[in-house]
Amino acid sequence: MDFFHQLIQQLINGVSLGSIYALIALGYTMIYGIIKLINFAHGDIYMVGAYLGFFGVTAAGLPILPALLISMVVTGCLGMVVEKLAYKPLRHAPRISILITAIGVSFFLEYTGMYFVTPTPRTFPDVIGNISFNVAGFIINGQQVLIFAITIILMALLTYIVQKTKLGKAMRAASFDTETAQLMGVDSDRIISVTFFIGSSLAAAAGVLVGVYYNTIDPLMGIMPGLKAFVAAVLGGIGILPGAVVGGIILGVIEALVAGFLSSTFRDAAAFAILILVLLVKPSGLFGKNTNEKV
Amino acid sequence: MNSVRKRDLVMLIFGLAVYGAIQGMITAGMIGSFWQLNIILICVNVIMAVSLNLINGYTGQFSLGHAGFMAVGAYVGVVATTNFHLPLIAALILGAACAGFLGFCIGLPTLRLRGDYLAIATLGLGEIIRIVIMNIEYVGGAAGFKGIPHLTNFTWVFFAMLFTLFFIKNFVNSSHGRACISIRENEIAAEAMGVNTTKYKVMAFTIGAAFAGIAGGLFAHQFYLISPNSFTFLASFNYLIMVVLGGMGSITGSIAGAFVVTFLSAALASFPEARMIIYALALILLMFYRPQGLFGYMEITNFAPIKKLLDKISGVKGV
Repeated sequence: MDFFHQLIQQLINGVSLGSIYALIALGYTMIYGIIKLINFAHGDIYMVGAYLGFFGVTAAGLPILPALLISMVVTGCLGMVVEKLAYKPLRHAPRISILITAIGVSFFLEYTGMYFVTPTPRTFPDVIGNISFNVAGFIINGQQVLIFAITIILMALLTYIVQKTKLGKAMRAASFDTETAQLMGVDSDRIISVTFFIGSSLAAAAGVLVGVYYNTIDPLMGIMPGLKAFVAAVLGGIGILPGAVVGGIILGVIEALVAGFLSSTFRDAAAFAILILVLLVKPSGLFGKNTNEKV
Repeated sequence: MNSVRKRDLVMLIFGLAVYGAIQGMITAGMIGSFWQLNIILICVNVIMAVSLNLINGYTGQFSLGHAGFMAVGAYVGVVATTNFHLPLIAALILGAACAGFLGFCIGLPTLRLRGDYLAIATLGLGEIIRIVIMNIEYVGGAAGFKGIPHLTNFTWVFFAMLFTLFFIKNFVNSSHGRACISIRENEIAAEAMGVNTTKYKVMAFTIGAAFAGIAGGLFAHQFYLISPNSFTFLASFNYLIMVVLGGMGSITGSIAGAFVVTFLSAALASFPEARMIIYALALILLMFYRPQGLFGYMEITNFAPIKKLLDKISGVKGV
């Protein structure tokens, strides 16, 4: 009984951590789907989002929801600017060049951030208060409820945009085949911009939620979650939106279980071990279709 | 003696002259301890950059976990000298063997992946190596390994570097090296021409890992303490920057890259943030304006005046 109690408690923690990975992984997978770039800077975009949320709450004295919204919009614009300045000029360059540029952008955001906000971690103010719910003996705290609620709302919104609107149709077309979409009258550059906006604002939301959940943020906080969100995206099948969500939640749960039952030092190793296993066994991911290699 | 060997000999003599000059300045007390340390670091970084270049530049397999192999070489080396009192040379060979073996075991499955996936997988493997080391109490865990004898000096690192350079240069110019380059140029075409791509990819990866092990051993015996934090993927990125800056596929480039990056880090040591911002901008601008790096595929011996000079000294007509 005691074991099961702990197991379910870890599952609850895992799903809330996993929702955050899922939000970051969505951005990764959308960007990869459309320009085939592992956006190494995505984790740092998430960091910027967390800091904007932090300043929204502390310096501007806003409640958490408006701070979250402002952070999402501003970070989304930052994502678009990064794409315009750093990735667009290299649209036809070899993939490795863009990958290295992404690493450069990631360093740039991290250390420019560090320059402006100092490397010391900041304590995110307590915006929820000490609420917790006792559901059949399991404890769910206010932060976790907030994470679930916001994640579900954002995912519903994203599904609506991608599946029901004209913009979403264009995004799906561009990620299926950019050139053909362009021939059909889709303005690919604009769609790529919009994708970066949406992906970055989802990452910003994840950043603010992490600040609320763990109470602490620092300029290098984006590196590990960024890499793990990529693992989540690969696990679910890169380029596939539901895959990113499922991958993120599976990864969060596995990490919580490893941290709870083995040792918390191994939780980072677990994520990478999953990555390597997935790549060796089914590189297209859980939801991916196998594609044949073309010369 | 054929002309290629003669040209090697000239380069070797040149290397010895450089060694003599720097060692002379050190003995004469003209170089302070700060720059002495940095000269040693430059040599270690040249080994790292050149060995990574074999994997990334010549074979075209984008690896981001090089610091992991360095960590293996470092830890095996310090256990050998500190706990088993072996001489440094034995520690280096052991470290290289272990790192190479690990590179072989890791390379065999992961090198099936390509491009971005391989990059992330090797990054993950490098991190796994570090986390595993962090959890081994025998080598000090997260706190690091203390009490390492200070065995590294300029002579050791310089000759290890010279050995690495000659080994990798000759490897690249051998038929094995040509096979590796053909994989970089077009893997499918190489396979169609009968190149056993898996074999050569794993071979390049193993050799690269082994030399990273040597660099790790030399690095570790320079300091009293090593900790897993010296071998994070940020360190791997640092070596990648050296290779990319110098030119993927140029040994001269890697030497220049290692030199410039180490020198910059030393000169900007008191402004760590500014240093990283400069790195980042340099990397981005490099990809915009000179994606092939400073040297591209060129070696310094390919530049006409230097080639002429070399031929004159070694007394051969253009090869």
